Amino acid sequence: MYGKGLRTLSIATVLVMGAAATLTFFYAPLDADQGVIQKIFYLHVPLAIVALCGFIAGGVFAIQQLRTGGREWDMRSYVAIHLSLVLAVGALITGSIWARASWGHWWEWNEPVLVSFLIVFLLYCCYQPLRFSISDPERQARYASVFAVAAGAFVPINFAAVRMATAHVHPRVFGTTTGGMPTRMWETFLVALLGMALLFITLWKTELTAKSSREQLNRLRRRLAPETDEAAPPLAGHEAEQPPTEPVPAH
Amino acid sequence: MAALAFASTGGRYVAAAYAVFLVLVLIWVAIMASKIARTERELTELNDLADKRPAP
Repeated sequence: MYGKGLRTLSIATVLVMGAAATLTFFYAPLDADQGVIQKIFYLHVPLAIVALCGFIAGGVFAIQQLRTGGREWDMRSYVAIHLSLVLAVGALITGSIWARASWGHWWEWNEPVLVSFLIVFLLYCCYQPLRFSISDPERQARYASVFAVAAGAFVPINFAAVRMATAHVHPRVFGTTTGGMPTRMWETFLVALLGMALLFITLWKTELTAKSSREQLNRLRRRLAPETDEAAPPLAGHEAEQPPTEPVPAH
Repeated sequence: MAALAFASTGGRYVAAAYAVFLVLVLIWVAIMASKIARTERELTELNDLADKRPAP
């Protein structure tokens, strides 16, 4: 069911990402101060924004899981957080490359934006060990959801706190309505942000489709060969298996 | 002009940043490809198993 519309979404993602790359290198003007290294901005900032939004989305799905008890919400939350972690790694690495080119060193410990993003990243690094340390699927989903809600609430609070911080070594993107950028830079940034958001949704749906397929495959395996239940591998993402929806036929 | 800009040290940093992104996406694709391959392999096994079962 997750595969519905995936083809159209994938095509749209490729087109928008291609447009973003074209605009970045052939349309957006070179920054008078930073020169060509400012082009990293069109990759690094969308990565960071989409990663943070993904963490929040993971929290929203987790609320749904706690409300309804549905395991599909837990899986959505897990995949959103897992993908956001990957994007956050990209944001940290590309940010460090930009810092090295612009400031002359890879990291600045006195900058609240950098340190707060690292704290959020490290916080979410605890999610998977917590999740997979619990074997009971019900408890696993519940504890992981509680973590996702608490950490998801921390993300916007952290963002607001950083905005109020006084140190401003790191450039602020949303200082004004247009981010203090020329129109062509702002347009390019918006297309890059849209492309990254579409990429996130495409990867999220793809991974959910793969996990759903594995789950259905495991159910089918149990129906066809109930004697091999014990040997059946766990669900993709290491979640425990759901009980089969239909009674296992006796041989 | 653009080519000259990318031949500079700054250009190499930009190339490195975009390469990191590309590598991350490629790693993700490779992991997904291996998972899909495993699913396909297990589906084949289940198909063989279903073929061997007597018809109800």
